[in-house]
Amino acid sequence: MKRMSLKGLLTIGTLLSSALMTPYAMAQGSSEGPRGVMHGFFDLFAPPAPAPGTVAQSNTAPGSGKEWTTPAGSLNNQRYSTLNQITNQNAKDLQVAWTFSTGVLRGHEGGPLVIGDVMYVHAPFPNTVFALDLNNDGKILWKYEPKQDPNVIPVMCCDTVNRGLAYGDGKIFLHQADTTLVALDAKTGKPVWSVKTDDPTKGATGTDAPLVVKDKVYVGVSGGEFGVHAWFAAFSTADGKEVWRAYSVGPDSDIKVDPQKTTALGKLIGADSSLKTWQGDQWKIGGGATWGWKSYDPRTNLIFYGSGNPSTWNPKQRPGDNKWSMTIFARDADTGVAKWVYQMTPHDEWDYDGVNEMVLIDQDVGGKPRHLLVHPDRNGFAYTLDRDTGELLVAEKFDPAVNWASKVDLDPNSPTYGRPQVLPQYSTEHNGEDVNSKNICPAALGSKDQQPSAFSPQTGLLYIPTNHVCMDYEPFRVSYTAGQPYVGATLSMYPPQGQSNMGNFIAWDATTGKIAWSLPEQFSVWSGALATAGDVVFYGTLEGYLKAVDAKTGKELYRFKTPSGIIGNVMTYEHAGRQYVAVLSGVGGWAGIGLAAGLTDPHAGLGAVGGYAALNDYTSLGGTLTVFALPHS
Amino acid sequence: MTPLPRALTAICATTFLLIGIARADGSGDPTAVTSEDGKYLDKEGTPTYKVDPDGKVDFYTYVGFIRYSANCLRCHGPDGLGSTYGPALLNSLKTLSYGDVLMTVASGRQKVSASQDLVMPALGADKNVMCYIDAIYIYLRARSNGAIGRGRPENHEPKPAAFRAAEDECMG
Ligand code: HEC
Repeated sequence: MKRMSLKGLLTIGTLLSSALMTPYAMAQGSSEGPRGVMHGFFDLFAPPAPAPGTVAQSNTAPGSGKEWTTPAGSLNNQRYSTLNQITNQNAKDLQVAWTFSTGVLRGHEGGPLVIGDVMYVHAPFPNTVFALDLNNDGKILWKYEPKQDPNVIPVMCCDTVNRGLAYGDGKIFLHQADTTLVALDAKTGKPVWSVKTDDPTKGATGTDAPLVVKDKVYVGVSGGEFGVHAWFAAFSTADGKEVWRAYSVGPDSDIKVDPQKTTALGKLIGADSSLKTWQGDQWKIGGGATWGWKSYDPRTNLIFYGSGNPSTWNPKQRPGDNKWSMTIFARDADTGVAKWVYQMTPHDEWDYDGVNEMVLIDQDVGGKPRHLLVHPDRNGFAYTLDRDTGELLVAEKFDPAVNWASKVDLDPNSPTYGRPQVLPQYSTEHNGEDVNSKNICPAALGSKDQQPSAFSPQTGLLYIPTNHVCMDYEPFRVSYTAGQPYVGATLSMYPPQGQSNMGNFIAWDATTGKIAWSLPEQFSVWSGALATAGDVVFYGTLEGYLKAVDAKTGKELYRFKTPSGIIGNVMTYEHAGRQYVAVLSGVGGWAGIGLAAGLTDPHAGLGAVGGYAALNDYTSLGGTLTVFALPHS
Repeated sequence: MTPLPRALTAICATTFLLIGIARADGSGDPTAVTSEDGKYLDKEGTPTYKVDPDGKVDFYTYVGFIRYSANCLRCHGPDGLGSTYGPALLNSLKTLSYGDVLMTVASGRQKVSASQDLVMPALGADKNVMCYIDAIYIYLRARSNGAIGRGRPENHEPKPAAFRAAEDECMG
């Protein structure tokens, strides 16, 4: 055939793609007719239901109880349940109680909510939501399926995941892929209101689970690979009115900091703290996406979340610290003004998003009781801070393979206080464009990604699902086009040299920064953990196993192979006097992209075939909820 | 189902054999016969790869690996092997021609159903893709024909001056 010139192709392509770009339609909710939520027997035993608009659980509460009303079970993100029917003694007897198919094949992150006698289950794009009647064998009370423009799909990085729902004020909240935040009547599934939070034609998408506190619902945005100008915002649960919006990067008024009050590591950040760390107006396409798990402390009225990578992945193209990407934010929940910030990875060179969960725990550090925020970051360091002040107490590697930095400087008198000590050989900035920096651990997917950890106040340990994967990373020049990927690096991934397990499930002491025990897993552990008062910890694996282990020792108590690989989060609830454990399986997400075909071994030399296990050999697509319980006695 | 007339079945079988086995390359024989400024062409004038016996690849194959990994990996998986989301292009190129690939990349394709929405985006307006589309094709063609293995080609020919000029012009 006749070869076309690049110029010619570009023109054809522009025409074709602009013709295909239809305006993003507002979501149209479809649901079955109104039907009352059934209440029955269980209500007699349930604690009085909180009045609409009030917080169902407090941070001082040790965890979730019979219900599971927030993405993490409680506002402190502990993913801990006080239910203790299932124990480390009887977990071996667990059985599948019931299952439910979502009818969607794509990767299923997040997990269901249980409010009263109803379970709310969500699915990835098209973002279906089901209300299931627990009094009637999971009969479908209502189903909501928004109509969204499929052109939003390719602007979602890595599959079409959604991390779940929030509940409050009698409504179920969903942040759809097309950035529509919709409030559904919890009883009928009918949309009460919906707002568009951003613009997917510019690469912004909704994947995060919202969080409801009092009369507000909080959401963030995805799109770090598309150069979005990311934000975190509060909307009124009553009518969807935007209460405040704070950007991750940009002028002080946009990022809602007070130069005279907001601190970083105990020091005032001063004026233009973000602008000063970007070249020109690069901050406008600077990323800092906010799609992770949010937590809240009623003592201080602070809301906590993290920001992701600065765009592009090519560090050479954006000189400076790129503040406040890669940052933990503590903001006033009512005004949005930041009380303190801490940037973990200044001037990111590896895509180590700082969005992972912020777990709020109260423990002693150095003999003194402290109100802590613990954050196992993608960069492989787990940070323990005082959550009231932002003081950095502990920062240690939670995977021994981590090598890009020797340590985080904890000396308050040092000019590099709080900064990672980067090794030049693993610095893609130092090695430069078009140079392949090798053997960097962790890989861009991090020592852990979004899969949230769990904390047990009984053992004092944080249970962290981790990736044990390294990479070669080669940055190169890219140009920015709105709505097109703005990546600028290429990478290949493989397990650390001489090892073949790509994941570990780790028990971590956040007060000392030490691993208590570690369970090797063949694949990355991409499922959120659950800890219970029965001294059992649950997690899922990419092959599809739901595993129960002893919270103290890590000894395996039970495993069951669900229909597909698990990237969802385990939760628990009690209904009619019986404790259940539930998890969504349905392989996909970043894990499914990277690991489906298996990784190669760059150290194996010429002629070596394959190398590591391919996920494709273990599991296939399909979203199913599997619910476990002990046999009826 | 009505059985196909025997003759037709035979024809189908032969065609299948021709396409499927005799030349498992949607663009025909990939052997490089000419080169223009470091870019190799087959006898039809279609861009192709050149791999030396010691594994050294032409510059386009190498750049193709880089740009494939940056732009396509997030859906099609590492090394063209497919993922839980996108098809393995390694297999696709056994039947797709150079023209098919260009058209698919420029204009996109969708398979939308209730159970999943497979969307190949229209990348025609994306300079980071279209300025390198020949290189990406050449790389995938080499992978599809088994001429190179997984991972980053270890050794490659130097960057041709013409490549640099074309890149600057196209990226703007
Ligand atoms: C956002 C995800 C996504 C990205 C990015 C993407 N693709 Fe695709 N691609 C798909 C999907 C999904 C299909 C299958 C579509 C279908 O079945 O109709 C596909 C199909 C194709 C096909 C047709 C395959 C066949 O067997 O018919 C080609 C060729 C292709 N893609 C090339 C590319 C190239 C080259 C790139 C990088 C420049 C790329 N794609 C980037 C998702 C993607």
